[in-house]
Amino acid sequence: MAEAVDLKAIGTRPVRPDGVEKVTGRANFGADLNLPGMLHGKILRSPHAHARIKSVDLSGALAVDGVLAAISGKDIPGGGDLGDNVLANEKVLYDGHAVAAVAARSAFIAEQALDQIKVEYEVLNPVLSIDDAIADGATLVNESQHTNGDTSQPASNIAAVTKFERGDVDKGFAEADAVAEGEFRVPTAHQGYIEPHACTATINEEGKATVWCCTQGQFDVRSMTANCLNKQVSDIRVIPSEIGGGFGGKTTIYLEPVAVKLSEISGRPVKMVMSREEVFRATGPTSATLCRVKVGAKNDGTITAATAWLAYEAGAYPGAPVGPGCMSVLAPYDLENFRIEGLDVLVTKPKVAAYRAPGAPQSMHAMECAIDDLARKLGMDPIDLRLKNAADEGTVAPYGPQFPAIGLRACLEAAKVHPNYTTPPAEGQGRGVAVGFWFNIGMQSSAEIRIAENGAVTIMEGSPDIGGSRASMCLMAAETLGIPYENINAHVGDTEATGYCNTTGGSRTTFATGMAVIEACEDIIAQCKERAALTWELDVDQVDWEDGQAVPKPGVNADVKPLSLADIARSAGRTGGPLLGRASLNAQGPGASFSVNWTDVEVDRETGKVDVKAFTGVQDAGRAIHPSYVEGQMQGGAVQGLGWALNEEYIYNDDGVMENAGFLDYRVPVTSDMPMIDTQIVEVPNPSHPYGVRGVGETPIVAPLAATSNAVRDVLGFRINDLPLSPPRVLAAIDENE
Amino acid sequence: MGDYAYAAPTTVDSTVELLSSSASSGTRTQVLAGGTDVLVQMRSIDRVPRLIVDVKQLAETNALSIGEDEIYIGAAIPSAILNENAELKGKLPGLIESADLIGSTQIQGRATIGGNLCNSSPAGDTIPALIANSAVCHIVGADGERNVPVEDFVTGVGTNCMADHEFLLGLRVPAPKGNTGDAYLRFIPRTEMDIAVAGAGVRVTLDDGGTCTAARVGIGAVAPTPLLVPDAADALIGTQVDDEALNAAAAACSAAASPISDKRGTVEYRIKVVGVLCKRAGAIARDRAKAS
Ligand SMILES: Cc1cc2nc3c(=O)[nH]c(=O)nc-3n(C[C@H](O)[C@H](O)[C@H](O)COP(=O)(O)OP(=O)(O)OC[C@H]3O[C@@H](n4cnc5c(N)ncnc54)[C@H](O)[C@@H]3O)c2cc1C
Repeated sequence: MAEAVDLKAIGTRPVRPDGVEKVTGRANFGADLNLPGMLHGKILRSPHAHARIKSVDLSGALAVDGVLAAISGKDIPGGGDLGDNVLANEKVLYDGHAVAAVAARSAFIAEQALDQIKVEYEVLNPVLSIDDAIADGATLVNESQHTNGDTSQPASNIAAVTKFERGDVDKGFAEADAVAEGEFRVPTAHQGYIEPHACTATINEEGKATVWCCTQGQFDVRSMTANCLNKQVSDIRVIPSEIGGGFGGKTTIYLEPVAVKLSEISGRPVKMVMSREEVFRATGPTSATLCRVKVGAKNDGTITAATAWLAYEAGAYPGAPVGPGCMSVLAPYDLENFRIEGLDVLVTKPKVAAYRAPGAPQSMHAMECAIDDLARKLGMDPIDLRLKNAADEGTVAPYGPQFPAIGLRACLEAAKVHPNYTTPPAEGQGRGVAVGFWFNIGMQSSAEIRIAENGAVTIMEGSPDIGGSRASMCLMAAETLGIPYENINAHVGDTEATGYCNTTGGSRTTFATGMAVIEACEDIIAQCKERAALTWELDVDQVDWEDGQAVPKPGVNADVKPLSLADIARSAGRTGGPLLGRASLNAQGPGASFSVNWTDVEVDRETGKVDVKAFTGVQDAGRAIHPSYVEGQMQGGAVQGLGWALNEEYIYNDDGVMENAGFLDYRVPVTSDMPMIDTQIVEVPNPSHPYGVRGVGETPIVAPLAATSNAVRDVLGFRINDLPLSPPRVLAAIDENE
Repeated sequence: MGDYAYAAPTTVDSTVELLSSSASSGTRTQVLAGGTDVLVQMRSIDRVPRLIVDVKQLAETNALSIGEDEIYIGAAIPSAILNENAELKGKLPGLIESADLIGSTQIQGRATIGGNLCNSSPAGDTIPALIANSAVCHIVGADGERNVPVEDFVTGVGTNCMADHEFLLGLRVPAPKGNTGDAYLRFIPRTEMDIAVAGAGVRVTLDDGGTCTAARVGIGAVAPTPLLVPDAADALIGTQVDDEALNAAAAACSAAASPISDKRGTVEYRIKVVGVLCKRAGAIARDRAKAS
């Protein structure tokens, strides 16, 4: 069905089911729930980047009028690193690390009570960069951390080393006519979702808890919260709210076990809402990185060898996205000789969380800059150099599997003839090209299709909608059932209301949950055919489903009128009861999505300010179910990537205290900073999905970093390796080079 | 946010009385104009209870007059209203542009020049433009009225010369005469919604031959307070305000700057860029003077 023709619903651009609720302000987000008798919880956070906790005395807080509960690390008994991140035990490992919490009758009382908690710290040296962390004699973030768990070696801040290798790199470089190499740094960046983390929790005398929160995965919140509290998943019900952005940052937990514990002690529901400052200091960011890359090619452009040494900051606990960084760094190229090495490095910064294509933007920034330098050395067009070496169907990816049909070549070819590419950059501007990649994931999803008495369709599924996925579910259901989009609505169920579903992440939702929805629709169609056969006294294999109605198969001699979904639903009581379709699956073959981006920039040589004047993204969507939302993903990812390239970074003082924990000085782009983000969707269907879908949500953030660096290189005539390309850095580089 | 009391007196006398009595009783008191600084500070900086005295209900703080010799801008008039006044904008385009840089359309519905000045941030955008325009602060308090030049008003980061019982009624700006033009430019890493990394305001008067007869230059965000830079003005006076003169004025601004390195920019960066801004603003002011 990958070659599906005559699609009626798929590829159209209807209004999303959640649209009216959102634009009218009716939609409820994480902080919108209020319950009778509810208390407000607040967290005391470490002012130190690294310190041993000698004691925590909660008595002062408990003595404050209006305070009903106070807890510290020992009250979160489980969860391992996760629990220790939720409330610190022996050490605080970053500025903002949670140490204690109180619940009080008002948020104001709770905040004042925090001032009465006494914590004795023994302050330790912060570890604020990869260089510091891997230096000989470095201060250890975790004294019992050994690289890859090898206790025969001394403890180290390098938690793990990953390697991918093929062929003979030395021989490859010896064959090269030109080599480009460099060392590139990318700073810590935050996902920057508008909605701060928030939850409300209540627990009853039987130990059954209910948690309302904004999350990308209610089932993960359930299991993580259960782990932290040494409870069973079946003890906790998690109800996801609408979500005001996540970008990967809402795939983990911070507040939920604290709120449940405070509720248990106080006997009241407890609501917790982070401030923006807390969001920056204690949640989310993605890894700062130090990448050393080298790539060589023959005069005709054939790449003969490439190496990448990729060091990623994990923050306070192991788990940097260095694995995906290694998988992505050379994924666009069909190579005989390469060596990739990745390091997961502990530093005293917040534990990193997923951020849109976790790990890929950093490593691919380095490599795509080097590829650009290589193209210059060879005198080749940067797209031609990539076309010469492009991975294609049958290429064995550097990380192992053989690619099925992929769209890199199609994207490069579309870019090459795109009017935005064939038109040279305007006078005084420079242009940079880069390729993006994300492998995407499948995993488990469930879906139920319920048919109302009037034939209206309700989809119940478990994937929190962070990018218009409910609209896409409705479109795939409309296509499969052959009924109008308007007759369908989709809901994201809580953990008790829908079957298990993995978190919204890895660009899996439209692919995997979409597949479950399609299968559940097919289940409905099968049932409808049975009901029609019963009504018509035919065999079920004498009935077809066409354009949303049951009809006798061609050649079947029956004088009957077609039965619509509404007809069958209306009389369902007489044919076997309500119609309920369902499917659950572990989706295989998510299908990688490649992109090509180019950026035109201008640089003010007196102030160092980089202005992005034009941006074009070409990306393979497999099949764009709702093209506007595919374009929206491409544009949103581009803006996040451009922001990271231009100004976004965590700024720490020498003590490891974050100095820009707010949107004023953590500079995401504002609308007027951005040009129109032009998009072109390429469709090379994913053979593993009924309609050819590939995930599209993550790839768009990857290429803008290098595309911007390369454009700045083009206009300045020399390269600035490190990000962000903030005015002070760019001006200093200009002064140094002139 | 801590507890607070709110008062909105309707006369200058009752406002002064309220400020005086609460000052002597030790109540922490804050004047409120548009509140775009005050409300943010109430949420984020501290939780100490306070009395808020809203000065928006006074006729005097809402007065706007464009006279032959003096333009008077009431301290509580929001930037949006100033920006919509074509006559005012025609006379003081640089000053009004500086107010128009503050925040966004929504913020400007409330934010005032008076509040920007009284907040006394080194980076307040209207302050260098006020200095360039020789603006004078019209202050009232228990001891009566007084007038203080803007360059003498701000005394340190977030502090100014007003006593607890005083508040700002308005700003007196000498009306531009002859071939006079002003301009203000700031540098921010984004296009809006940011704090100046450096700023420069310039006002020049030219004779019929294009020679500069009077000039004032104010700079911001490069020292603990916004500064008047007489050396930069001197570099322009007597010249055609050509590139050479502008470069000399730029060098004078860079020399006058004593910035810090922080999350918004380094010392070297600010020193260089404040000169660049002076040069660019000077060229705009010159062209406006010629066109006036
Ligand atoms: C989103 C946002 C963006 C911003 N962008 C900018 C920007 O680009 N540039 C910039 O310079 N500022 C910016 N600001 C800060 C602020 O908007 C300006 O400083 C504004 O001009 C303050 O005016 P206001 O009337 O709101 O002052 P208020 O908040 O009412 O008062 C500010 C201070 O002045 C005192 N005060 C006010 N009026 C008087 C008076 N008549 N007499 C005595 N004291 C008084 C108050 O007590 C307070 O200390 C921004 C603020 C926000 C929230």
